[in-house]
Amino acid sequence: MNMNGEPRIPHGESSAAHGGGIPHSPFAIRHYLSLYAALWRNSVIRELGFKANFLMWIIVEGLWFALQLTFIGVLYLHTESIGTWTKWQVVALVGTSHLIQQLFTAIFLTNLTALSEHIRTGKLDFMILLPVNTRFLVSFRQVDLGGFVNAVGALCVISYALHRLGHTPGIAQVVGFLPLIVVGIVIHYSLMLMLCASSFWTVRAQGIVWGYYNLFNIARLPDEAFRGAFKAVFTFALPMLLVSNVPVKLLVDKLGSPFEMLLLVSLAALIFAASELLWRTALKRYTSASS
Amino acid sequence: MEKYWHVLNIGLQNTLVYRMNFLFRATFGLIPLIAVISVWRTIYEGKAGGRIASYELTQMISYYLVITIVDALTAVTEDDWQVAADIKDGNISQFLLKPMDYLTYRLCLFGAGRLVFAAVALVPTCAFIWLLRDNFVLPPDAATAAWFVVSLVLTALMQFLLSFTLALLAFWLLEVATVIFIAFAFEYIAGGHLFPLDLLPPAVAGALDYTPFPYMLFFPVSIWLGRVNGDALWLGVLVQLLWVVAAYALARLVWSRGIRKYSAVGG
Repeated sequence: MNMNGEPRIPHGESSAAHGGGIPHSPFAIRHYLSLYAALWRNSVIRELGFKANFLMWIIVEGLWFALQLTFIGVLYLHTESIGTWTKWQVVALVGTSHLIQQLFTAIFLTNLTALSEHIRTGKLDFMILLPVNTRFLVSFRQVDLGGFVNAVGALCVISYALHRLGHTPGIAQVVGFLPLIVVGIVIHYSLMLMLCASSFWTVRAQGIVWGYYNLFNIARLPDEAFRGAFKAVFTFALPMLLVSNVPVKLLVDKLGSPFEMLLLVSLAALIFAASELLWRTALKRYTSASS
Repeated sequence: MEKYWHVLNIGLQNTLVYRMNFLFRATFGLIPLIAVISVWRTIYEGKAGGRIASYELTQMISYYLVITIVDALTAVTEDDWQVAADIKDGNISQFLLKPMDYLTYRLCLFGAGRLVFAAVALVPTCAFIWLLRDNFVLPPDAATAAWFVVSLVLTALMQFLLSFTLALLAFWLLEVATVIFIAFAFEYIAGGHLFPLDLLPPAVAGALDYTPFPYMLFFPVSIWLGRVNGDALWLGVLVQLLWVVAAYALARLVWSRGIRKYSAVGG
């Protein structure tokens, strides 16, 4: 309501006039921000239409989170540590993994999984025609607000775990933790985009989300539990063992060397670049669904 | 009943279309399995006695491998969504006209789906078990193996009947997905998917024995591992049988209630 006069839907005359120049002009960022605000508003209105359902999904996610924590609790009934990881350190790890996963779900998940449907039905034609970056539209079209609620729950668990550890992280640690969370979300986002872009080649790509949840499963386990080829693959190729382990290690003074953070950030940059490359290749060979 | 053989046959052909999907599922499903086994290995390394709640490492690893086998043969994957969709889309009407029982029809499709999935999952799962063969125990004797099979069939029936009943809630609710996920969460932990239930404090594990959940996974796995012996074995199977009967009665009850409600709305 406070944005009267701004273009509501991305086919206003102002954006059309700028054409392909949009992504490069400084005006573009403001334009895209206002666009995203409009998309947010739509999502809020949509969620308000199904309040009970909205609450139920929050309960479902909360329940599965509690389940993971129970698993850790039961493990630590029978052991003092996993490698050098103590109980509350692992709880902080599960919490951080949940935080990253929920923020990723809130911002990206529904959009990315809808991609194969857009390709199958040819709706993507319409999105390509709009005068906005198609990847932007495909990635940010809808916001899943429940994810943010669950992310707050994850933050509470992390704080409680730190409290039980008797550990107050310094300013530098917290300031480092937050960007690493963003880096983690970027990794999940880029990998998922690549997986979903595979539906440009094969029409049936439903199993993808399910397959990806298996990777989330690894991300919440302490890296010291793994070795050999498995560890190498999930550190250097699909860095699941870095995504939540590195930020937590920074937070609880477990980091072996700052090199681990460097590795995480550079792998994220690499994977993001790869996803952009794949995305462009995929769009080039897109020939619509019908005729 | 010959007509149900045809249903089974059609079910087999329909699910064969998804064989690649199943293969991916079975293969990717190994990733969390490897992860949980690695975690247990690490825990056992830090443990002097080599035993956790009467499980040696070999038994612990076997526990998760047998879960994978039981899961492949008994877990409900798509059936509940399909039942809910049938109700919502009104496809259920045709079954009221045909001389065919919807529950039996669905059971045939479920059986067909499991057969195809198990056949497809056989290769990756066996390859994986072969890699871990040093840590994989077989049932101690033929009688135990036979009891395992009996319990496995009962587990499959329980899994099916409870999912079927939950899906029937679509007669009353617009959206059953959340309800199904909540029930699945409880079954996941209380059935023993995450860890053997006897790792829980005895009071909690004892309380769980009065719920159907342990009989939906944990019980057959325990039989395989030779952890249920003597009277406890046939008594357990009897209890499991009673749960199946109860679940069947519940499914029939909910179905007849639902149909009444359905016809009232559909007019």
